[in-house]
Amino acid sequence: MSVFGQSVTRLEDAPLVRGQGAFAADIDFPRQLHMRVVRAEMAHARLLSVDVAPALALPGVVAAWSAADVQGVPPIPFRATKVRGLEPYCQPILARDRVRYVGEPVAVIFAEDAAMAEDAADLVLVDLEELPALLDAAAPPGDFDGARDTEPTIVRKAYGDVDAAFREAAHVVALDLSIGRHSGVPMETRGAIARYDAAMDVLELHGTAKKQHWNRDEIARLLGRAPSSVHLFEGHVGGGFGVRGELYPEDLLVCLAALRLGRPVKWIEDRREHLVATNHSREQRHRIRAAVDAQGQILGIDNVFFHDQGGYIRTHGARVADMSAGLLLGPYRVPAYRVAGHFRLTNKTPAATYRSPGRFEGSFVRERLMDAIAARCGIDRLAVRQRNFVGVAEMPYARPLDALGTDVVLDSGDYALLLDKALARFGWDARQADVARRRAAGECVGLGLGFFVEKSGLGPSDGVRLTVDATGAVELVTGAASVGQGVETVLAQIAAAALGVEYRRVRVLHGRTDRIEFGSGAHASRVTVMSGSATHQAGLALAALAKATAAAMLQAPADSLTIEAGVVRRAEGAGGASVTLGEVARALAPGSALSRERATPGLTVESWFHSDHMTYPYGVQMAQVAIDRGTGTVKVEHYLCAYDVGRAVNPMLVEGQIVGGFAQGLGGALYEAFRYDERGQPLSTTFADYLMPTIAEMPPLDVLVTEDAPSPLNPIGVKGAGEGGTNAVGAAIASAVDDALGGRGLVTTLPITPRDVLRMLGT
Amino acid sequence: MKPAPFHWHAPTTLAEAAALLAEYAPQDGRVLAGGQSLLPAMALRIARPPHLVDINRVAGLDLLEVVDGVLRIGAVVRHAAFLREAAPGPLGALLAAVARHIAHWPIRQRGTFCGSLCHADPAAEWPLVAAVLDAVMVAHSLRGDRRIAAAAFQRGLLDTALEPDELLRAVELPLLAADARFGFEEVSRRAGDFAQAMALAVLRRGPDGRVTEARLGLGGVEPAPRRFPQAEAMLRGAIPDAALIDAAAHSVAQAAQPMEDEGYRRALTRTVVQRALLQACA
Repeated sequence: MSVFGQSVTRLEDAPLVRGQGAFAADIDFPRQLHMRVVRAEMAHARLLSVDVAPALALPGVVAAWSAADVQGVPPIPFRATKVRGLEPYCQPILARDRVRYVGEPVAVIFAEDAAMAEDAADLVLVDLEELPALLDAAAPPGDFDGARDTEPTIVRKAYGDVDAAFREAAHVVALDLSIGRHSGVPMETRGAIARYDAAMDVLELHGTAKKQHWNRDEIARLLGRAPSSVHLFEGHVGGGFGVRGELYPEDLLVCLAALRLGRPVKWIEDRREHLVATNHSREQRHRIRAAVDAQGQILGIDNVFFHDQGGYIRTHGARVADMSAGLLLGPYRVPAYRVAGHFRLTNKTPAATYRSPGRFEGSFVRERLMDAIAARCGIDRLAVRQRNFVGVAEMPYARPLDALGTDVVLDSGDYALLLDKALARFGWDARQADVARRRAAGECVGLGLGFFVEKSGLGPSDGVRLTVDATGAVELVTGAASVGQGVETVLAQIAAAALGVEYRRVRVLHGRTDRIEFGSGAHASRVTVMSGSATHQAGLALAALAKATAAAMLQAPADSLTIEAGVVRRAEGAGGASVTLGEVARALAPGSALSRERATPGLTVESWFHSDHMTYPYGVQMAQVAIDRGTGTVKVEHYLCAYDVGRAVNPMLVEGQIVGGFAQGLGGALYEAFRYDERGQPLSTTFADYLMPTIAEMPPLDVLVTEDAPSPLNPIGVKGAGEGGTNAVGAAIASAVDDALGGRGLVTTLPITPRDVLRMLGT
Repeated sequence: MKPAPFHWHAPTTLAEAAALLAEYAPQDGRVLAGGQSLLPAMALRIARPPHLVDINRVAGLDLLEVVDGVLRIGAVVRHAAFLREAAPGPLGALLAAVARHIAHWPIRQRGTFCGSLCHADPAAEWPLVAAVLDAVMVAHSLRGDRRIAAAAFQRGLLDTALEPDELLRAVELPLLAADARFGFEEVSRRAGDFAQAMALAVLRRGPDGRVTEARLGLGGVEPAPRRFPQAEAMLRGAIPDAALIDAAAHSVAQAAQPMEDEGYRRALTRTVVQRALLQACA
C-alpha cells in the first residue's frame, strides 16, 4: 500500500520528544553577545533624544545604539505588492524622529550576558514628547509624518452593477461588524542569533523561520552584501502561525551587530516583548450591505471596511486587507460586488498575517450576513446558504476578482455535499430538537454554523532536489520551511510513494539557504501543494532515472521494472535479479560509464512545480453552545470542523492542523484580545491579561476530513490544510451564541466576552 | 524578563529570618516564600526588591497541624497541601474545594497559603477564606509574635496590616463544626484565572432547618474580601428558600463597591453569592 494517504508517525518527533530539539534559544556560539532592545513606552510621541551613555558605562556592556548609529540601514521592506506608495510607511530598525507604538525599538544594548543587557537597557534615557494617539481605524485618518496621513491606501475591488442590485432588491440587509485584535502567539518566542565568519566572509543567521530565502536576499541588500555571502538556518520552530519568521527590526540588528562588533550576537524575545513587538493581526470593522431577493438570493454585496494596521506597514504590505476584500465572498454566488478597504495606520503594534488572514475576519462578516439574510427573509439558515452556493457544475468558478495578485478561480468543490455530510456528522436535526427541549426548560442554548472557502498553494514556483546516495539513503532538499507542521513527514511520504522507498529512509532538509538556491518557505498553506507537487514530480523522475539505469545493469527493459522498498526488480515474479537504489547510485557515480550519458552524475534530480492559481479547500464548522445566564459565560458544548482538502497526504497531520487551528480560532472568538487604554498603552502584555484558550477551554471537538474535490491544479490533487481549522470559528460560534440569544443578530463583535453576553441577555 | 539585581538571603531559623528582615526591610527587602506572585513581578521589573529573605529553609515553617480545635498553617505550606483534606470535618473539605480554584498545578505546588494572604490580591481565594472564617494571623518580628484578626489584616488592594519587618509565620483557622455546610462559587474567564467574583458561604442550621450561624463573604470585587453582615443577618434565624437566597444575594450585590466594571461585577456578585448559598443549603 502506498504511504501516500497514510497516517504514519512523524519523522520530526524523535528529537523533540527526547528534548534534543534545537530551538532558537538552544543555539549558542563562543564569545557571543546578548542583545536587549529598549522599546518605546508611549504610543505616539516625538523622539527628542536618546542617550545611551549611562548604559555604556555599565560593566559588561559592549555597545549601545540608537537610530543615529544605524542611519545607513534602510527600513524593513515589504514583499511584492501591486499597491503603490507604501514605502514611506515602512519601519526603521530603530525609531527615528517619532515613535508610533508602545514596544517600538528605540535603542539596543549589546552585553556579555542577557541580564546585564537588560540592566543596561533600563539606564537608556529616552526623551519623548507625547502626541495624541490614534487608536481607532474607523476614525478619520490622522497625521503620519507631517507630509502624509495615516491612510496609505484604499483597497478597492468591484464587478457587476452593484447599484442596480440594490435598486432591485426585495430586502437590503446592513450590518456593522468588528473583529478584535489578536494574533499568533507561538509557544516559542522569536529569536535571532547572528554570527559573522570572517574566515569564509559569510554572515549566518540562526533561529529563522518561514521565509529564509526572501529574508536572506533582503538582509544582504540592506547590509550591502552579496546574497551568496549571507546564509539563514532553520532549527526547530515552536510555532509560526504567520507571525514568526517575517523580517523584523531585531533580525537586522543582530546581523549588523555581528558584522560591526566581530562577535556572535544572540537575541531571544521575552514574552512581554512578544505581545507588543511581534505582528498583531485581525482588527477590522466592516460596514456591509447585501441586496437580496425575496427568497434570500444574493443580488449584490457592498462592503466598506477599516483595517487597523498599527504603527507601520510590515513585510506583507497591504496583503491582509487585499485578501479580506478579494476572498470575502467565500462559497456564494454574488452577481455584483463592491468593496473599499480602508488600510489605516494607528498607534498600536504593527499588524500582518495570522493563520487564515483576512478569512477569519471575512468568514465572520459573511456568515453573520448570511444569518441576517435568513432572518430577514424568514428562511432557514441552512437553506439560505444552499440557495446561494456556487454549484458543483459551475466549477472551476472564476470570480472577476483578484487576491494575492492572482485571479480568484475556485478550482473545485461540492459545497452542498460537504454541508450535507457535516449536518449528518454533527447530528444537526437531533441537536436542534434537543436545543428546543432545553430552551423550553429554561436553558440558553444554541446552534450555529459557518461555511467557508480557504485558499492555499500560492505559486508561482517551488523546486526540490531529490538524491539517493551510495548507501540507498534518500535526501530531499527543499526551499520550503517547517514551523512544526510536519513538512518533513509529508514530503517524505510523497517522495517515498513516488520513488518506491520506505518513508523513513527520506531525510528532508528545509529552511537552509546554503543547501538550495531558491525557496519560498512556509506560509499561505502552500508547502504540501507546491513543494509536495515538486517532490512528487522529482520522485517520479528519479524512479525513471533509476529504472533506466537499472535496465542497463539488469539487461531488462526499463518499463518491466518496479521499485519497492528501495529495490529495483522486474515487475513479474518475486525472483530474478535485482539491484538496490544504492547500487544504482554507485553505477551513476562520477566517472562511471553510465553517468557519462547524463548531464550530471549521481542518482539525483531537481524538479520544479509551477502554478499560476491557488487551490481552494473549503469547509463548514458547526457549534453548539450554552450560555450561563448568571455570568454570561459561553460554553462550547460540541464542535465540528468539516474540511475538504482534496487529498490528505497524512490524515492524522491534517486533523492535527485542524485541531490546533481551531484552538486559535476559539481564542479569537471568545478570549484573545490585545487591549489598549485611551493613551495607547497596551493592557495585554502577559498571559494573565492576554487570554489564550487552554486545554480546559477546549470543547469536545469532532473533525471530518473529506476528499471529495481533489484539486485539478496539481498532480497529487492536494489543497492546503493549515488554516481551515481557524477560518470559521469566529463565524460559527457567533452564529451559535446569537441563536442562543434568540437569533436577533445581537452578536456583531469578536471576541464575544461574558460581559457582552450578559448585556445582550438583558436586552 | 530578568529581574533587576538583588541579594538573596537564606536563613535557616526564625530568629535569623527576623533579624534579616529587621536589617533589610527598611531597604525594601522582601520575604520570598513560594514566589508565585513576587518573582513574576520581579521578572517584569514591576517589583525591584534589592534584598530577598528566602524563608523556605527556615525550620518549622512547613507545619500544618490541628491543635486545640485550630488548624495552624505555617508560612511555607503550599496550596497543594490543601487539595487533600488538611483538617478534619467541613474545614478540610472547604479548603480542598477552594484550593482547586487556585491557578494551575505548577503554581499550586509552589505558592503558599500565607504568601497569598501577605500579597493580598483581591482576586485571590485564601484571603476570602481567612476573612469568612475569622482567621488569626501570627506575625513575627524581632519584637516577637503579634496576633492580628482577619478583619483587620487586609486593609485594601495589595495592602495588609503587616509591618515591613514582620513575617507572617502562621495563620490559624478554627475548625468548623461537624454540621457546618459550605458553598464556594467563583467566576473567572478561564480555568485557573484570577477570580472576577467569588463567594464563600458557611451555614449551620438547627433541627428545624433554621440558620443558626451564617458566614457569607465576597472576593474579587472589592479591594479586599469581606463578610456582609446585613446579608448574614437576613439568613440567620430563617429557613433559607430560593426567595431568601435571592434576596441575600441581591443585598450583597447592592452593598458591594466594585473596583471596576461596576454593573458587570454586581451582576456576577449576585450570581456567585446565590450559587454559594444554594450549595451551602443543598
